[in-house]
Amino acid sequence: MSGLDVWMRENPLAYIWLGSYAVALLIFAIEIAMVIHKRKITLQQVRLMHEAEEEARDDKSGENTGENTGENN
Amino acid sequence: MAINWFKYSAPTTFYGLAGKLIPWFALSAAILFVVGLYIGFAVAPADAQQGEFYRIIFIHVPSSILSMFLYLIMAGYAALGLIFNTRLSAMMATAIAPTGALFAFISLWTGALWGKPMWGAWWVWDARLTSELILLFLYLGFIALHASIDDPRRADRASALLAIVGSVNVPIIYFSVKWWNTLHQGSTIKFTGTSMHVAMQQAMFTMLVACWLYAIAVVLARVRSIILERERNTVWISELSEVRS
Amino acid sequence: MLDLLVLVIRRDLVLAMRRRADVLTTLIFFVMVVSLFPLGVGPEMGMLRKMAPGVLWVAALLSSMLSLGRLFSTDYLDGTLEQMMLVPQSLSMLVLGKMAAHWMVSGLPLVLMAPVLGLQFDMQAQALGVLILGLLLGTPVLSMIGAIGAALTLGLRGGGVLLSLLVLPLCIPVLIFGTGAVEAVSTGLSVTSHLSLLGAMLVFALVSTPWVTAQALRISME
Repeated sequence: MSGLDVWMRENPLAYIWLGSYAVALLIFAIEIAMVIHKRKITLQQVRLMHEAEEEARDDKSGENTGENTGENN
Repeated sequence: MAINWFKYSAPTTFYGLAGKLIPWFALSAAILFVVGLYIGFAVAPADAQQGEFYRIIFIHVPSSILSMFLYLIMAGYAALGLIFNTRLSAMMATAIAPTGALFAFISLWTGALWGKPMWGAWWVWDARLTSELILLFLYLGFIALHASIDDPRRADRASALLAIVGSVNVPIIYFSVKWWNTLHQGSTIKFTGTSMHVAMQQAMFTMLVACWLYAIAVVLARVRSIILERERNTVWISELSEVRS
Repeated sequence: MLDLLVLVIRRDLVLAMRRRADVLTTLIFFVMVVSLFPLGVGPEMGMLRKMAPGVLWVAALLSSMLSLGRLFSTDYLDGTLEQMMLVPQSLSMLVLGKMAAHWMVSGLPLVLMAPVLGLQFDMQAQALGVLILGLLLGTPVLSMIGAIGAALTLGLRGGGVLLSLLVLPLCIPVLIFGTGAVEAVSTGLSVTSHLSLLGAMLVFALVSTPWVTAQALRISME
């Protein structure tokens, strides 16, 4: 414990940066990554749902399936 | 200046508006973070009593301020949602909670790291530290309650009520903890620098604004995902370009 | 209005008396937690005397959490709660009755038990008196704040733990002033400020929590 104390007094800036700012920035980075990931996942889900819906609709109408899938892709 | 605010309170329009605003908030937040850190570390001088250690203030104080204000804003949105039954307010409250909790955590963490060289202990039962910890608990309670209710409407309304009850309690908790603290121990070391250097103030203010902008950007991004998830069965979602492509 | 209140209290008390084991469990839990502390921290009397109010209060807080889950859930499960919400009388009054009954069943026994446990910790008579007074004022507040949490978590899986997570932070002021009063009397200070603040909290809770709990119940029962 005293080793840390001595190191802290000798390198205050390193202590501040590693201890506080790096941690804070890391938390921000994780949060941003989580938000982006959430966005990706939700978009994927919604897209899948709509594709499934459209396919179901196409199967019902049964005629121009090829045309529709061509449009959607 | 007849802006129709109600137009933007509908998820439909808000989704697009938020999408346009996010890059601007994120970019200005990033720039201000860099500027604030530059002023804080290169321009501002070392403090007479605390040496270099006081520089933790530039992240510690903004995150404490944000964690408290975000709770109030969250409770405000929750109340709006409960009273006027607007969909978007409840979504905003849900989106704010994780960011607020993270800021509360950062504030506690940096507070502990500041306490170690100053007070000689990682944790002191200081009034402000303790109430910040309780604030974190309140955030966690909100998130946990919202997460454990499956029906989104009930989840919104139940956690909204909890947020309002919590916000009524926050001042009571703060004053009781403060009083408890003065009873138990003598005055703890306070930040003696009432005469803060101009550069210190500038750095702190810049960092505060940067944190605000960052929080707004993240919350907007999160609320967009929530809107997408909740409204996935509506027509306007299926007509969005990012869904169609 | 008052008839309804008395009716609900009597009904809940009768129900509680039919399941005496539940009431006893809470009380035994309280006694056990308090008795575990000396085993955990050592038998040094000076330290125990200093800790006593805190230990008793925290134990009371935890044991009141224990019984909160049952406050609405039994009525919810057998459909009585739904019927209660349909009656023309005010739901807040009904909720107040249930809170009062809950306190009589799970709060009052703790208050009555506290002096005995306080003696285990070698508390002085004066400090004991203040402790009892504080518990008398404070435990109803715990029941009332807890009722909000119980109503919000009604019918949820893992409701018990969640309930504690929601309610415990809100109970901190009660804990602080309750223990503060005992500390004040043992250091020779006046206790009126602590006790009057506890009383103010009790009044505030009496006025506001039944309504909030009624709203929470409406949200949960929708």
